[in-house]
Amino acid sequence: MTDATATPDAAPAPHRKKGGSLLELDARTRKRNAAEARFKAYGVIAITIGLLFLVALLFAIIRNGIPAFTQTFLTMEIVLDEETVEAAEGSIVATSQYRNMVAEALQVKLADVGIETDKEPRDLMLMLSPGVGAEVRRVVQESPELIGETVEFRFLTASRVDGYTKGRVQREDLARDRNLDATHLDIVDELMDQGVVERTFNLAFITGSDASESRPEEAGIGVSMLGSLFMMIVVLVCALPVGVAASIYLEEFAPKNRLTDFIEVNISNLAAVPSIVFGILGLAVFIQFAHLPQSAPLVGGLTLALMTLPTIVISTRASLKAVPPSIRDAALGVGASKMQAVFHHVLPLAAPGILTGTIIGLAQALGETAPLLLIGMVGFIASNYPDGLASGFLDPNSAMPAQIYEWAKRADPAYYERAWGGIIILLAFLMTMNIIAIILRRRFERRW
Amino acid sequence: MSFVKLTASTLAIAAVSATAAAARDNVQVAGSSTVLPYASIVAEAFGENTDFPTPVVESGGSSAGLARFCEGVGENTIDVANASRAIRDREIEACAEAGVTDIIEVRIGYDGIVFASQIDGPAFTAFTQVDWFNALSPMVLVDGELVENPHTSWSDFNADLPDAEILAFIPGTKHGTREVFEEKVLLIGCEETGAMQAMMDGGMSEDDAEDACLSVRTDGKSVDIDGDYTETLARVDANANGIGVFGLAFYENNTDTLKVATMGGVEPSTETISTGEYPVSRPLFFYIKAAHIGVIPGLKEYASFFMADEIAGPDGPLAQYGLVSDPALAETQAKIADEETM
Repeated sequence: MTDATATPDAAPAPHRKKGGSLLELDARTRKRNAAEARFKAYGVIAITIGLLFLVALLFAIIRNGIPAFTQTFLTMEIVLDEETVEAAEGSIVATSQYRNMVAEALQVKLADVGIETDKEPRDLMLMLSPGVGAEVRRVVQESPELIGETVEFRFLTASRVDGYTKGRVQREDLARDRNLDATHLDIVDELMDQGVVERTFNLAFITGSDASESRPEEAGIGVSMLGSLFMMIVVLVCALPVGVAASIYLEEFAPKNRLTDFIEVNISNLAAVPSIVFGILGLAVFIQFAHLPQSAPLVGGLTLALMTLPTIVISTRASLKAVPPSIRDAALGVGASKMQAVFHHVLPLAAPGILTGTIIGLAQALGETAPLLLIGMVGFIASNYPDGLASGFLDPNSAMPAQIYEWAKRADPAYYERAWGGIIILLAFLMTMNIIAIILRRRFERRW
Repeated sequence: MSFVKLTASTLAIAAVSATAAAARDNVQVAGSSTVLPYASIVAEAFGENTDFPTPVVESGGSSAGLARFCEGVGENTIDVANASRAIRDREIEACAEAGVTDIIEVRIGYDGIVFASQIDGPAFTAFTQVDWFNALSPMVLVDGELVENPHTSWSDFNADLPDAEILAFIPGTKHGTREVFEEKVLLIGCEETGAMQAMMDGGMSEDDAEDACLSVRTDGKSVDIDGDYTETLARVDANANGIGVFGLAFYENNTDTLKVATMGGVEPSTETISTGEYPVSRPLFFYIKAAHIGVIPGLKEYASFFMADEIAGPDGPLAQYGLVSDPALAETQAKIADEETM
């Protein structure tokens, strides 16, 4: 000991040079520090790459999808002549007769605004949506008192004219197109100058129903949005009580033995099962065995409820576990029964976590397409508004992601644009749900 | 407890649905994705012009649709199957076994199958059936010998074609289009090159040789597309050398990105298909379950509306979209009116 104090430098740390300062970094420390700096840099690079992808994706979605929210309209007047209306109603395909009526009125309109063209009325009609006949018929049926009057209509233009005003369709693309040619576009240009043709916000995209392959300009996501809503109601009503009850039992009451361990492992496994498997199960159980109607949101909701159940059970159990045992002990200590302790004290404290888990589970179910493919919810389906609650659950309908998938498959490029627009709406829903989940967690969560 | 209430209401909904399931008031259609656009146009117009709800039309391919059609009779089975090929004997038997004995066959019209590639890609402008057989068959004739397909580029066997790698996107086996492609392109190519004769000389029976003619090589030069034409389009968009097999109507909607090739010197168009000059065309069908007529409201009306002159005729919306209308429309109309089964 005296030796050591007498010669303090006799046994230096093997890596530090004699007389070295503490403030000066030696080689090994520098190496460690460099490794740390490198690791931080990797982290920053990883986050930057992630952000870049996110920005690129959002940019692509918004750039491709925003045009779907506007639509090109043509305003014109039509004389609802009584004889013509009667003749049209007598035909099997009344709408095509109304279409001829619009064609003649369009020729008159062009002459009125001083546009000279030698095109036939039938050829001119290629500029308007094939659905205009149906629109006139709808007005005639809804308000028969208008027959005999001149009525102003705001017609959708055909998808290619719309694409032209949005810059999607170029003049040179039309050279080989059977539907429209450059002279049509000259007329469109002139009509736009005169304000007869204009592009405005199109609410029908958000509220409307699906349209057939030949009229993408009419298609909207509204009906499938209702389909998704009804499905989410079914998911909530089925999965939440069952999931919460199962987790309360497993967490608070069930004995810890092999059986409950086995159940626990299986619930975790179930959460990882691909969603298409639930679709096959839904088809076999709900449609083929229970004879529930095909393509109905009820069946879709039941299938998605099966898929959401494990998510809810896992998050509920986690939030029940997070309630400290002292709460239970205190309740039991003042004479509460076990059930009272759980329902009066533990469950309310766990509720924010349960809700968060449920909302995230619902958001997952909202974006799911694969199981719906098998139970007939993908196709030309979402064209009728449900009339009433029962019809909302039981009548054939689609869902938002299924509708987007269906649009992306169709031939006309105008549908591709609508698929992107649908993605924007779906993302808005998912973001709202996640934000609600975050707010609930922030506001009500208690930490011990 | 609120759980009790929620569970009770769940049960109530299930009970309501079980009773309501017995009353379906809309026509349900499934099947060929080639027929889907036409069926959706008709379904929409049907909903607009009648008091019946708009029918539900699903896709999935002719075979998948006919399989669902043959599941049995009853309200939880579909009423109409769309098909881009005629129903097979095997399927009629399967139907009969499940109790679907009365089937009405309706021919909608004709559709062409076209071969298209990127508009700025290699100059694939003219093909023959022989070219496609030489490109895709696993066994081809080279110098009179039947050998495993050695071709990697189109110019290997036809100097008029560009020197581009063979890469074809053909419809998968669940599509009716595949059958037409096999019979009207590969089989004819097989016969014309003499490969079929060579196979039969080599000891194969005629049926075996025919089956061998219809197979395609499996070394990645031919890619089966099980999805829809949009998937084929995406593949062609990503590969300058890729050639896709499309329906005429799909091509006509995408003339800004695709260029079409002639087949045997004939340009595909509704005119050349209706005269029969363009060799690769096929009839489109739908099949009605006769047992459902009178049970499902609007089923017969849907069928006769579909085949009305104003819809399926040469000036109707279907022809406008790309269907080649059937000259024998009146016969089909009479068949529906009489509910004449197969």
